[in-house]
Amino acid sequence: MSDIVLKTENLTASYDEHIVVKNVNLSIIRNKITAIMGPSGCGKTTLIRCFNRMHELSPKAKVEGKVLLIENSNEIIDVYSVDPMLVRRKIGMVFQKPNPFPTMSIYENVIAGYILNGIKLKKSEADEIVEESLKKVSLWDEVKDRLRKKGTFLSGGQQQRLCIARALAMKPDIILLDEPTSALDPVATAKIEELIEQLKDTVTIVIVTHNVGQAGRISDYVAFMYLGELVEYGPTDVIFTRPSHEKTEEFLTGKIG
Amino acid sequence: MKRYLFRIIKSKIISVILTLIVILSTIPFLLVLYFIIKNGISVINWEFLTSLPKPVGEPGGGILNAIVGTAMLVIMALILSVPFGILVGVYLAERSEGRIAFFSRLVSEILQGVPSIVIGIIAYLWVVKPMGHFSALSGGVALGIMMLPLVIKSTEEILKLIPREIKEASLALGVPYYRTILKVIIPAGLSGILTGILTGVARIAGETAPLLFTAFGNPFLNFDILKPISAMPLLIFTYAVSPYEEWWAKAWGASCILVLFVLSLNIITRLLSRR
Amino acid sequence: MFYEKLNKLKEKIIEQGNLVESMIEKSIRGLINKDKALLLEVIQIDEPRTNEAEIEIDEMCINLIARFQPTAQDLRTIIMILKMNNDLERIADMAENISESALFLIERPMVKPLIDLPKMAEETMRMLKDSIDSFIKNDPKLAKSVCERDDVVDAYRDQILRELVTYMISDPTTIERALHLERISRNLERIADLATNIGEDVIYIVEGKVIKHGRYKEGEGA
Repeated sequence: MSDIVLKTENLTASYDEHIVVKNVNLSIIRNKITAIMGPSGCGKTTLIRCFNRMHELSPKAKVEGKVLLIENSNEIIDVYSVDPMLVRRKIGMVFQKPNPFPTMSIYENVIAGYILNGIKLKKSEADEIVEESLKKVSLWDEVKDRLRKKGTFLSGGQQQRLCIARALAMKPDIILLDEPTSALDPVATAKIEELIEQLKDTVTIVIVTHNVGQAGRISDYVAFMYLGELVEYGPTDVIFTRPSHEKTEEFLTGKIG
Repeated sequence: MKRYLFRIIKSKIISVILTLIVILSTIPFLLVLYFIIKNGISVINWEFLTSLPKPVGEPGGGILNAIVGTAMLVIMALILSVPFGILVGVYLAERSEGRIAFFSRLVSEILQGVPSIVIGIIAYLWVVKPMGHFSALSGGVALGIMMLPLVIKSTEEILKLIPREIKEASLALGVPYYRTILKVIIPAGLSGILTGILTGVARIAGETAPLLFTAFGNPFLNFDILKPISAMPLLIFTYAVSPYEEWWAKAWGASCILVLFVLSLNIITRLLSRR
Repeated sequence: MFYEKLNKLKEKIIEQGNLVESMIEKSIRGLINKDKALLLEVIQIDEPRTNEAEIEIDEMCINLIARFQPTAQDLRTIIMILKMNNDLERIADMAENISESALFLIERPMVKPLIDLPKMAEETMRMLKDSIDSFIKNDPKLAKSVCERDDVVDAYRDQILRELVTYMISDPTTIERALHLERISRNLERIADLATNIGEDVIYIVEGKVIKHGRYKEGEGA
């Protein structure tokens, strides 16, 4: 089988007794783009928030089952039995709305993960991480002359790319993207999609989207969720042309969701 | 067409009336400012600001004791109320539901509604009585208690305005909760918290009632927090109710300085919050 | 993303076109040079390859449409590639037919010297080549010229048929061989028709105009 980087076993998540993710078994393939799609409220965002233990931050949230992060064949991390801070540094996240830190400059935003965690970096190291991360999100040329300006002065699309750079700077195994383009215009969206495509050589990407088109355009694998359950999961080419489940068919053809 | 014209006229009339009401409402404020400046400005000079009061009948003399006193009282009030107030404010913003939050919010709101003279009495009972004499400290405590709900409220409100995404961004980078609060949330709300504190200072700087039986007043320069101390409003009160005409003039001068101080604090606050 | 994949698809269909073209060329050369191995290569190796490629191209087109929902020229290109794919596969089948008949013919004495047939094959191959070139270069003029040359091939076919009929009447022992020759010319003529189809498709891709079924005279158009 392909190289698996993250695996869930009977993952169930709930808010206040209300189950939103039901018994999900999913294997994410390394250095591929996996899209999780489904109508709003199907639990797709909650699912990925279980991967990096962000779900438990919500009041009355509960998680059952296992999430395994497979760094390599002899290093497997049981996500729910280690410090959540460690997990979140290995599994980065980018949110719906661009959220650069308002008090920080562009430069500081990129290395925010180090600054806020109190990890000391040499000036040369920090410079290198900033340049490399910004280049990866093709923002370097746009901002290299104003690195000391506030990140909030950038356009929405640039801010979102800055947030991706911030996640990349921590050198994570996986980046989770929670509908990263839903607040952006079509041009900025296209740019982010192109970027995601380029990033998969360095990092595994899991993207949540309710936009069927986006899932089709950028993903290698697609998971379809409906009412908290994982209905179907497979290569995008297969799911998009001959899904085996009726619900998937209805969703893809716009009859539900 | 006629109807249309009628509507335009009606709309014009209403807006003229509203503008007039707005202008009217500022008239009392402008009058107060006018009288205070007119009567006070002539008294103010360098000596007035930098020397101590002289006995009645002697020319000259100033209000240095009151300026120093008010400054010390404000600083003490800040030390007592700001750290505690911010902590409570952060708690309320973070855990907006729950019993503790409900009660502390209730208490803070009640405290805000308590008449300032009652707070003076509380400070008297807590500090003056056990010590056996009036003191600057007791005045600081009274003003600190007055400021506390203001700091709590403004901190809570401003932190609630900070998008949840910012906090999540920090947590998602593997930053522990306490560091997220200290390094992300509080800095992001800093200008708002500062605004709240300045509003609080403006509010307590002019308070007289809680100081009457705590700080008490002192005609001499004093830097000892355990001894009675003068304050601007106390001095104004004493001078204004005295039978001497030259003291009245000094009261006008002191009022003028106090009003200008509070006014400029308010303006600074506005500028800060606009940023 | 999309254009990378579309370009890959274009490369694939061009490759298929070249393969099919070479199959016709080989089957005619095999007939003329009596090269049995070459004819068998067409039947046993090339034809199965085109079948596989056809399925692959079909899938690529369907995936592209399903995943990227292309519009305008992109959509026309993919749909036309889908149709060209179909046409090319059928041309490959016809090349196989030609090879089969050629295999029969090379074992036996010639009915008559091959004069018109090689010329006809040449013209047909040129039409196919030009139609594929017009696709590669997005050249509607070249595509139009392919459509116009269809008549030339038709004329060859009629000419060859007339000639063969005289042979068959004069000597009935030639009938079976003559019918095989006729089959070859009929297949060539069909190939020319399909090349014309491809030319029409190219014009549709580039100009968005339908010129099928005699709609291509100036001033007309959908």
